[in-house]
Amino acid sequence: MPGAIYAEGLVKHFGDVKALDGVDLDVPEGTVLGLLGPNGAGKTTAVRCLTTLLTPTSGKAVVAGIDVVKDPDAVRRSIGLSGQFAAVDEYLTGRENLQMVGRLYQMSAKAAKTRAAELLERFNLADAADRPSKTYSGGMRRRLDLAAALVVSPPVMFMDEPTTGLDPRNRQALWEVIKELVGGGTTLLLTTQYLEEADHLAHDICVIDHGRVIARGTSDELKARTGGERVEVVVQDRELIPVAEEVLASYAKSTSGHTVEQHTRKITVPVTGGAKLLAEVIRELDARGVEIDDIGLRRPTLDDVFISLTGHAAEEADGNQPDNEEQV
Amino acid sequence: MSAVSETGEITAPMPRGGVTQSVRDSLVVAQRNLIRMARIPEILLFGLIQPVMFVVLFTYVFGGSISIGGSTDPQLYKEFLMAGIFAQTVTFATAGAGAGIADDMHKGLIDRFRSLPMARGAVLTGRTLADLVQTTLTIIVLAGVALLVGWRAHENIGKVICGFLLLLLLGYAFSWIGALIGLSVRTPEAATSGGLIWLFPLTFISNAFVPVTGMPSFLQHVAEWNPFSATVAGARELFGNKMPNVPQSVTGAWPMEHPILASVIWSVIIIAVFRTLAVRKYRQSAA
Repeated sequence: MPGAIYAEGLVKHFGDVKALDGVDLDVPEGTVLGLLGPNGAGKTTAVRCLTTLLTPTSGKAVVAGIDVVKDPDAVRRSIGLSGQFAAVDEYLTGRENLQMVGRLYQMSAKAAKTRAAELLERFNLADAADRPSKTYSGGMRRRLDLAAALVVSPPVMFMDEPTTGLDPRNRQALWEVIKELVGGGTTLLLTTQYLEEADHLAHDICVIDHGRVIARGTSDELKARTGGERVEVVVQDRELIPVAEEVLASYAKSTSGHTVEQHTRKITVPVTGGAKLLAEVIRELDARGVEIDDIGLRRPTLDDVFISLTGHAAEEADGNQPDNEEQV
Repeated sequence: MSAVSETGEITAPMPRGGVTQSVRDSLVVAQRNLIRMARIPEILLFGLIQPVMFVVLFTYVFGGSISIGGSTDPQLYKEFLMAGIFAQTVTFATAGAGAGIADDMHKGLIDRFRSLPMARGAVLTGRTLADLVQTTLTIIVLAGVALLVGWRAHENIGKVICGFLLLLLLGYAFSWIGALIGLSVRTPEAATSGGLIWLFPLTFISNAFVPVTGMPSFLQHVAEWNPFSATVAGARELFGNKMPNVPQSVTGAWPMEHPILASVIWSVIIIAVFRTLAVRKYRQSAA
């Protein structure tokens, strides 16, 4: 039986651009899928197809048991969407925004009013309820946007980069809300560029790049796939980075996955051999006259997974990918 | 942050569908736009500056020099002019609707609306209805200014009101053009300029500010078939501002012979065409 969100061979072309190039997804009821990828990977396009905002070029998508192409209206009654921007009317108060959304979900004026008051309380916005939302902070606006997506307790939620642009404290707070929401049984598809966020919130992760799913699994599975530990060295003298790099390369398990961060003077390579190897590396660096500020072994993070899968870091992708997400 | 408890499980009621739902949803959206309007009164205020300026400038600067049927009596020109300025003012609703909808697209609100189980055209209808309210307020103020500078209507109140309704219908029709522009451009700024530029030739190549008698023959044809001219001529007739010495039509164009009917027909055609296009665009719109 397919999950609460199901896609099979989902394709969306914009002219020559293949924003989605055959995406399969299956999210079991009550779980969170993290859709991870750089800008332009197709994350937003996928969400827009699944939430009826775009008609897929081909392929099948079923949300809450309903085909999104055949019966988009029925899908709309079963989903909540929180997009990349806090989609609230800034001149309306928080209460007016929620009442409007409630009424457009076809609730009666009275029911919409009661529900708005409930949500404002729940999202800690009761004190600001009657102020225009343009006076809200970024975190408050996000909360209001999320509240708007929850007006009808939808069984399936979509959040497109929910914490983009939030400061760490507000991000943390929003994570708590999302966790509680999922604890209540909601199925959630969440897109993010923040690997930490996917690690923190998602049961399963799909890594997407150039409109294709390039890896899927739990956070641990993905990390295991990327391989074991890494040695990370911070060199004292920037000039000696190439020397240190050469030394580390000779101990590396493979030729891929090496990174050099010039500004932090940090070099990372995948290795096997643990502490014993670490001692050897230190001796060799010493012998070559490379002074180090820091050295350590570390377990792979989702960042490493990302680099090994896509050949580039998540943040780097910004510049060298066609910026499809903006257009779609 | 307080707990997201599952107290009060709410499911979306079945949409009623049909006309009832369309009307209801449109009114919900119109209410939202009217609240905005009340909170940003400067939009209404700035919307008044240009037409008021035009009334004053045209009346006092050009008034004594423009010949209306052989006479340069400023009073004649005032009576000739006002229907033209009113008509030009209502067409500016285009820019408001366009900018508003482009802004909603830009801020992601259109996406939110499109993900809700609401009637298809309601977001656009709600917007154009709110613009109609705004245009009505603008015209009321402008009519007051016109009276102050000496404009007078010479028909009974019923006809005068019909004249204003004819103007507002044109304004409503033009706000649908604005809606389409708003959905088609990338930024609110583009929608504002895109909604305004073409209005100048449209409103000047017409009978609004000067009689078409002085135009080259080609322009006379354009001016007399211009939907805008029909409304101006219709309003003039209903206000009792028709100039005895200005011919009803120079080229014999049908709309000039039956301006009131022609104006209604033009407006209905514009609404039918642009509403269809705009709603289709809204359904497909990919911000």
